[in-house]
Amino acid sequence: MDSDIVMVDDKGKRVDGREANDLRPMKIEAGVLPNADGSAYLEIGKNKVLAAVYGPRECHPRHLQDPTKAIVQCKYNMQSYSVSDRKRPGPDRRSAEISKIISEALESVILTELFPRASIDVYIEIMQANAGTRCAGLTAASVALADAGMPMRDLVPSVAVGKADGKLLLDLNKEEDNFGEADLPLAIIPKTDEVVLLQMDGHMTKEEFDSAMKTGVAACHEIYEMQKDALRRRYSVGEEEEVEE
Amino acid sequence: MSRSVVSEIRRNHINELLRKGARMDGRGPLELRDISVETGVIDTAEGSARVRYGDTEVMAGVKMAIGTPFPDTPDKGVLTTSMELIPMAHPDFESGPPGGDAIELARVVDRGIRESGMVDVEKLCISAGEEVWMCFLDIYALNYDGNLFDAAALALVSALKTAMAPASNFDKGEDFPLPISCLPVTVTVAKIENTLIVDPTFDEDMVSSARLTVTTDENGDIRAMQKGKSGSFTVDEISEIVDLAREKGEEIRKIIG
Repeated sequence: MDSDIVMVDDKGKRVDGREANDLRPMKIEAGVLPNADGSAYLEIGKNKVLAAVYGPRECHPRHLQDPTKAIVQCKYNMQSYSVSDRKRPGPDRRSAEISKIISEALESVILTELFPRASIDVYIEIMQANAGTRCAGLTAASVALADAGMPMRDLVPSVAVGKADGKLLLDLNKEEDNFGEADLPLAIIPKTDEVVLLQMDGHMTKEEFDSAMKTGVAACHEIYEMQKDALRRRYSVGEEEEVEE
Repeated sequence: MSRSVVSEIRRNHINELLRKGARMDGRGPLELRDISVETGVIDTAEGSARVRYGDTEVMAGVKMAIGTPFPDTPDKGVLTTSMELIPMAHPDFESGPPGGDAIELARVVDRGIRESGMVDVEKLCISAGEEVWMCFLDIYALNYDGNLFDAAALALVSALKTAMAPASNFDKGEDFPLPISCLPVTVTVAKIENTLIVDPTFDEDMVSSARLTVTTDENGDIRAMQKGKSGSFTVDEISEIVDLAREKGEEIRKIIG
């Protein structure tokens, strides 16, 4: 590398002290917004993300209705103060693309055929961004869907695998992403390991790609456990109540 | 927005309760909901605050950059307020550019801050006519259950109060706290039949005929007002509302110190 910035030191530690295959610290909370049918708050590293679900409800605009199933309309939005240089509020090409691929990933698990003509609206708000927001948003959104009681085949955990300093690193943070050589966000259905979201940019050999996919899928299973745990905490009977009985 | 309707039975219930001086959530007419203020919640913002009035929840963030001043105020920093009523916050909110409600909210909140001189914009001048600090004040509704005016204003005031100008990022010396001269507080009073209530919920807002938003400073002086909705107030009612706004404003000011 021609840059003198070191992303991985001699001991294999990354800039924030993680090992190559470590996720950033993660926290998920389900059911955080009273108005939404389902919601979730997620932090991973310095990312702070809210997801909310409304629906199934009447589909607007009506020409988008599908007589055979519900449509999933996700809106991913970065709040203006979520990044170091203020982002102008409102949609742009990047958020439109991310909204589309997240909608498609969620549609693959929701039993949309149960709600013909309806719309399932998923809103993702990035309140603080530090690389990996689309994966964080999708992870939160699938918890919000479950919180809404949506009939679905499974949750959709998502994470990115990147490459910096010539090494494969799980869940890149902002510094690593800025100086990284490749980024591979993916999402899976954990029960079957089917891949429902995949993007990649940068430069990877076939061998690196195979290895990155393996790391990513394994990490998705780790996230899956945290998603389920968030839902259990939301819906379990409180410990005190159990003691009383 | 406002595709919602309040059922006749609920409307009557709200009216009947108020005639007895009671409200659906157990409050008296002149009682505020529980208010919570968290500041410094967003690391990427120069200042931020998450405010809850009962189930109403808003987030405000302050971002700063260096830009050129307006030609008519060459020695003053620039404040720009925007309000986003995102569809996450309520089934009636739709995505798209800010509509009338969002623009009114942003402008009323902006007036409270601008007219009170809360931010000393002259101290935000770096070089007259050339370089000044631009402050982008962005407010997002996260969950809407009435009274966004007061929640948004309190969130923004709290965010500004704790904001640090990122001077070192722009090679302009050390970071410094935003120059704050006073703490304006906004109180909205709604009229249902002939009763005045503070801090209306969504349902109460739907049932009310008129509202008046009053921003006061710590001297109890009035800094901004906005009457809303198609109903009317008598002059005596307005005077009563201003007194209420001063009294409740003092209560709220204690929360943010």
